[in-house]
Amino acid sequence: MEEVEKILETRELNVSMGPQHPATHGVLRLILDLDGERIVKVTPHVGYLHRGIEKLGESLNYFQALPLTDRLDYVSAMSNNIGYCVAVEKLLGIEAPKRAKFIRTIVGEMSRIANHLLWLATHALDIGAMTVFLYCFRDREWILELYEEVCGARLTVTYPRIGGVRNDISQQFIDSLSKFLDEFPSRILEYETLIDQNRIWLQRTIGIGVLTAEEAVSWGLTGPTLRGSGVPYDVRKNAPYDAYDQVEFEVPIGSEGDVYDRYRCRMHEFHQSIKIIRQCIEKLPPGPVMADEAKFTFPPKDAMFPVTHPTKQHAFYIQEKPCKGCGMCRRACPVGAITGEKKKPHKINQDICLVCGNCYATCKFKALFLVPGGHGLSEEEMQKILESPIPDDVANASKLFLDHFTYVKKGPVAPKGELYVATEVPKGELGFYFVSDGTGKPFRMRLRSPSFIHAGALPRLCVGHLVADVIANIGTIDIVLGECDR
Amino acid sequence: MDIVGTIQNTVGTENLHALGRFGIDFGVILLKIVVVLGVTLLHVAYATYFERKVIGHMQVRLGPMRVGPHGLLQPIADGLKLFFKEDIIPTEVDRPVFYLSPIIFMGAAIASLSFIPFTRSFEIFGVNITGSIANVNVALLWLFAFSGMGVYGIFMSGWSSNSKYAFLGGLRSTSQVISYEIALGLSLVGVMIMAGSLNLTEIVKAQENSVYGFFAIPQFAGFIVFVIAAVAESNRTPFDMPEAETELVAGYFTEYSGFRMALFFLGEYIGMFIMSSLVAICYLGGWTMPWYIMKIPLLSYVPGVIWFLMKVYAFIFFYYWIRATLPRYRYDQLMGVGWKILIPLALANILATGLFKIMF
Repeated sequence: MEEVEKILETRELNVSMGPQHPATHGVLRLILDLDGERIVKVTPHVGYLHRGIEKLGESLNYFQALPLTDRLDYVSAMSNNIGYCVAVEKLLGIEAPKRAKFIRTIVGEMSRIANHLLWLATHALDIGAMTVFLYCFRDREWILELYEEVCGARLTVTYPRIGGVRNDISQQFIDSLSKFLDEFPSRILEYETLIDQNRIWLQRTIGIGVLTAEEAVSWGLTGPTLRGSGVPYDVRKNAPYDAYDQVEFEVPIGSEGDVYDRYRCRMHEFHQSIKIIRQCIEKLPPGPVMADEAKFTFPPKDAMFPVTHPTKQHAFYIQEKPCKGCGMCRRACPVGAITGEKKKPHKINQDICLVCGNCYATCKFKALFLVPGGHGLSEEEMQKILESPIPDDVANASKLFLDHFTYVKKGPVAPKGELYVATEVPKGELGFYFVSDGTGKPFRMRLRSPSFIHAGALPRLCVGHLVADVIANIGTIDIVLGECDR
Repeated sequence: MDIVGTIQNTVGTENLHALGRFGIDFGVILLKIVVVLGVTLLHVAYATYFERKVIGHMQVRLGPMRVGPHGLLQPIADGLKLFFKEDIIPTEVDRPVFYLSPIIFMGAAIASLSFIPFTRSFEIFGVNITGSIANVNVALLWLFAFSGMGVYGIFMSGWSSNSKYAFLGGLRSTSQVISYEIALGLSLVGVMIMAGSLNLTEIVKAQENSVYGFFAIPQFAGFIVFVIAAVAESNRTPFDMPEAETELVAGYFTEYSGFRMALFFLGEYIGMFIMSSLVAICYLGGWTMPWYIMKIPLLSYVPGVIWFLMKVYAFIFFYYWIRATLPRYRYDQLMGVGWKILIPLALANILATGLFKIMF
């Protein structure tokens, strides 16, 4: 016998699952060591979708990095935006107006519903229930259309802003949202009819990937993945942000900590999200949607372009007296609109000028002036405008316009220090950690993304089960590789 | 002048008649093959269309709509696409086996078609034509043999592809089909006992003459076992382990492309058609309807082949329906269902049928 065993060496079958695979939710790669169909070892490989978002954040202003967060968890972009904005607001020490906070809570919970719909769709499809997939996409489409009504975008929304939200929501939107909220519970019932009590579904999910509460905590799991194990931890409850301290909701928890419990948790969260949105609509206060902080927010567009000059653009004009002819503005101009000899006053060619403000920002002698509505005027006319008394709104507009330039140039200047702020995105706790060196850009930006930490727990969940359970486990931790790899 | 007379004299009238009969028989069989094959291949094309439409409407979408009115030409476009697609053969495959396996799979499926009786035998110009291509007395055994042959196609493709996904798919399929073939065969034993024959035509006739009309009524347990095992046998949801898309990408034909893949596809759909036909023949009375339904006036004018196809399509629809409804079993659970539930149930059914037969 021993000789035979020596000749016939037995080893595990090594299967590379992914990065191209229909069920690994993107580009996750798992190296499976199989003994027959049973899993002996799982090695997750991440990083196939690494785009260096944290590093990019260091070279961009705080507000410029906002669209990057859409690309983290592209399934629930709204929540990431909110997480980022809440963190930066705390860093800058400003607060969004009340209405903006309520609107953010509404869209955040919409994003939770949209995310859980996609999670349910793919999780069910992985386990073979194909119809649930298409039902969920039908309803996710509805939410995306509502997003479109709010901000015009469907996937990468960038709707929340540092200090509020981009624009107010309309009564029409609230009406169509209420219609969705009335209809949606019956849709949840439809999915549950298909899978909730289905024997095959129960057999595939109960007792699979069991995690005790202690283990789940020590693996660093968050969100419904943690709550399925019976730990009632939710950032919305434990450290409320936005309007979560003003609404009532429950945090659903499971008891066994298996795939089915986590599934039930998320299904309950649908109902809780509906409850939260309903309360927010009821309590929605009137008022502005952007904080009135000139240093930290963009000025409102309608005030920047006053009615006195409805059609004409603003223009820059170099005054002859203070101009020393240093040539700084000439070098700063991206289109070469500024001409002039050394030590003599320079001139701007208004036909080429983009009104980008680079010259204004570089000029040390305050020779540059903004002429509101001055585009296309001759020099004498500009001179006239500058000399004549300027109406209040125009003066205000030009001030705001210049504020805008400085804000874009420098970014929102944050005080020195370090800060970690976490929010509850649909997948778990999304944390932003900033090290600020007192400029408009973070010295270091670091993300605590739930997907990455959940992917780490995959081997613990899968070992000892069968190949088919791997995909059930990938589904249950609700992983998106955009967020995992960053 | 009298050539006919000369030939008659030399060959002998008897022999000439025998030769003539042989010629006619041969021609009839050839004609039947052409008709059945042509109809089946077209059926397969439109079975995919039917499936996509049915499942589409169950899933709040429309299914194919672009090619032709309501997407009616979609199957033809798909067929052409598959036919002209580049045939990619991975470098490390075992070529002879790789080439052979789709042919075996498809061949086994098509050969099974020859035993299916579509209608009662009838006479045209004095020639008696039976309802099937080959009216064999052990047709049921042949059918099992051929569906067992199909497994070789699957397993060989899984082995020769030299791919781990295909390999796992092939392994799963082999164990699945072997397990479920037992349940399938055992459930049919009840029918064999009741009909006293393995000949499919005889089984239908036995149902026509029985009080129940359908064997599905006295053989209810066997019917349920057979339907479940038939779904597993043709690798359909919820038993589509071998090709579980989300686990094994495409299972045993992961590495196949173009027309070779189409052969597997065709084989699977023909297999589905054969299993549906078997249900119709063995449990639902084939081309006949029970006497209590035939009492309704005008129904007796409906040709038998229409009844037969209606039953087959009702069952094919059932296939699609469960595909849209159920999740997929896990591999070990599937084996559990087969060995722990279906086989004991089928055995109990045989025992009950046998006792019934002895006592009455």
